[in-house]
Amino acid sequence: MAGGGAAVRELQYRDAIREALREELLRDPAVVLIGEEMIDPWGGTFGVTKGLSTEFGEERIRNTPISEAAIIGCAVGAALAGMRPVAEIMFLDFIATGMDQVVNQAAKLRYMSGGQVNVPMVIRAAGGSGRASAAQHSQSLEAWFIHVPGIKVVMPSTPYDAKGLLKTAIRDPDPVLFIEHKMMYNNKGPVPEEEYLIPLGVADIKRAGRDVTVVATSRMAPRVLAVAERLAATGGPDIEVIDPRTLVPLDRATILASVRKTHRLVIVHEAVERGGFGAELASIIGAEAFTYLDAPIQRVAAFNTPVPFAPDLEDFLVPDEARIEAAVREIAV
Amino acid sequence: MAVDLSRENAAVAEEMPDRATLSRMYETMVTIRLFETRLVELFNAGKLGGVLHVYIGEEACAAGVCIHLETHDYLLTSHRGHGHVLAKGADMNRMMAELFARETGLCRARGGSMHIIDRSVGVLGANAIVAANVPIATGAGLAAKWRGEGQVVACFFGDGATNHGAFHEGINLAALWDLPVVFICENNRYAQFTPQRMHAKIEDLAIRAAGYGIPGVQADGQDVLAVYRVAQEAVARARRGEGPTFIELKTYRYTGHAISNPICAIGRPDEEVAAWKARDPIPPLERHLLEQGLLTSTELRAIQDAAAARVAAAEAFAEASPRPRPETALEDVYAEWPVGAPL
Repeated sequence: MAGGGAAVRELQYRDAIREALREELLRDPAVVLIGEEMIDPWGGTFGVTKGLSTEFGEERIRNTPISEAAIIGCAVGAALAGMRPVAEIMFLDFIATGMDQVVNQAAKLRYMSGGQVNVPMVIRAAGGSGRASAAQHSQSLEAWFIHVPGIKVVMPSTPYDAKGLLKTAIRDPDPVLFIEHKMMYNNKGPVPEEEYLIPLGVADIKRAGRDVTVVATSRMAPRVLAVAERLAATGGPDIEVIDPRTLVPLDRATILASVRKTHRLVIVHEAVERGGFGAELASIIGAEAFTYLDAPIQRVAAFNTPVPFAPDLEDFLVPDEARIEAAVREIAV
Repeated sequence: MAVDLSRENAAVAEEMPDRATLSRMYETMVTIRLFETRLVELFNAGKLGGVLHVYIGEEACAAGVCIHLETHDYLLTSHRGHGHVLAKGADMNRMMAELFARETGLCRARGGSMHIIDRSVGVLGANAIVAANVPIATGAGLAAKWRGEGQVVACFFGDGATNHGAFHEGINLAALWDLPVVFICENNRYAQFTPQRMHAKIEDLAIRAAGYGIPGVQADGQDVLAVYRVAQEAVARARRGEGPTFIELKTYRYTGHAISNPICAIGRPDEEVAAWKARDPIPPLERHLLEQGLLTSTELRAIQDAAAARVAAAEAFAEASPRPRPETALEDVYAEWPVGAPL
C-alpha cells in the first residue's frame, strides 16, 4: 500500500483523519470545518479535531449550535459561494434532521443548475454500532445516500484509506458523505509520512484469495480479514477480501474481476440487510456475472431491526466472525 | 432584546432615491409584471409545462431590495422567484427559455421555474423547498465574510417559511456569526392556501427577529420607496459587517398559490383581493414620478414599451430554441466521475 522506501508510521484512524483535515486546512484557505463541539478543548466527540481550532482559529473551525440542517445547509451555501466546507455530523443518525439539505440541496444543485455550479463539500459523520448507544446513535445509513444521485459515499476501513480518501473528498468538486466508524477510531495502521491521495471509485483488495470473494465495508472489512486469516491457517477456503472504500462511485470492475475468478460472492455490511448496499451489489453481480457464479450470492448483514441498547442484543444483530465464516462455508467448495 | 418595531423603522433615513434609481425600480417592476402576465397567458395556452408560481402584486419587494445589490452579491429565493431573479439581472431570454424547457435555458432546462440558478449574476438559486434557502444563504454569507470583499446575501422567502425549522436554524446561525445576510420575508398573507391567522399566532412576523438578537424591521411591500429605505439600511448594515437583518414586507399575491389553483376556490374573499389590487404598487410610483416631474408620461410609456419588447423578444428566443436532447439528462449529475464508470 504505502510507497516503497517511504517513512511509515502507525497511526490511529482518528489521527489519520485529523492529519487529512490539517493538511487540507494548511493547503487551501477555502477549507472550513463546520460542526458541533469540534473546537478545543473538546476537539469533537471522538477527539478527531483536537488541536485544530488552536492551530487554525475559530474562524476556520466553526463551532455551531445543535442545528444539523444549518450545519449542512451552511456548508451547501458556502460551497456554492466558493469555499470548501467540511461539515461534521456528530452521529450519522442525526443527519436525518438535516436530510433536506443533503438530499434536495447538496445532491441536486449542480444538476438543477445545468452544470453552472458545483457543491464541493464533505459531510463527515460517525456511523455504526458497538457502544451500547441504542437505536438513535448506532445506525449504518449509507444505503439512504447511495439511492440519491448527486452525492458520493465514502466508507474507509483503515487509517491509510481514511486519510487518503478524506483528502481527495475535500478536493472533490461534488458533495461527499464520508462515513467514519465510531468503533475504528482507535484502530491503528500504517500511514506514510509524505502526502498521498486515494481516488474515489477505486476498491482495494485487502487480501488476495482463490476460493470466495468477500466484499466488506467499513468495520466489517477488518472483521472479514480476521476470518480469512483464521481460515487460511486452518486449511479453510481461501478468501479474497475486497473493500470498495467508496460506494458511490463504485468500482464494479474490481469486484466483477474477482467474482469471475472465484465464482463465489459473499457481501458483508453492518447496515440492516433489507434495501442495503448488499442488495444493490448482488443485483449488479447477478446481472453482469451470472454465468460465472457457482453458488448463490450470500449477504451477511444486520438483522432488520433497530439497534438495541444491551450489548448482548447489539452484538447479536451485527455480523460477527461466526456468521461471516458460516456464509463463506455455505458456498465454498 | 425587546423590539420596538416603530422605533426600528423610524431609524431608517427618509432619504429620497434619485431619478435614475426611481426609474430603474419602475422599470424592474413593470418588467416583472409584464413578464409574468405573459407567463400566465402562455401557461394557460398550454405552452409552459410544470407548475408556475407567479409574483404578480409583489413586485415592489424585489425592486426595492435588489436595487441595492451589486452583481457580485448573492441572491437566494423561493419557488416564487421569477421577480427576484429578473431584478438581480438574469438574462431574460435564457430565463424564458428555461421556462419553455429549452436547451438554451439558464439551467439547460434541468431546473425550471422553481429552481432557476444564474451563477453569472449571483443568483445561487430559487429553491422549491420552503425555507431551505435560509441556511444556504447563511453559508453564502459565511463565504462572503471569508472573502472580505463586502459582498452581501439577499434571501427571499414567504411568510410560510418562517414556521419551518430550517428558517430558525439558518437565521440563528447567521445572527450568531454576524454574517452579511439580509433575510426578506415577503408576507403575502398566505402559506400556499393557508392564511396567516391559521399558521402563526402573531401578526407581525418581524418580531421573530428579536429571538435571534438581530434587527427586525417592517415595510409596506406595496410601497417601493418604503421597501427601498428598509433594504438600504439592512444591506448597508450587512456590508459594514454588522450582521443580518430580518425584513418583513407586507404584501399580497393576486393569484392562487400556483397558476393552476383557482383563486376563488381556496377561500379568499373577493373583497380582500379587490382591496389589495386597489393598492397595486405600480400606479403610485407612476404618480410620484409624474408629480415630482421626474419622468414624463412619454418616458413612462417608453419604459413600458421597452419592457414589453424585451418580453416579446424573450418569448421569440425561447420558442426558436431547441429542446434538450433526451440523452443529455445523464449529464451534470457529478462534476467529476471515474472515466467509463456507469452513473
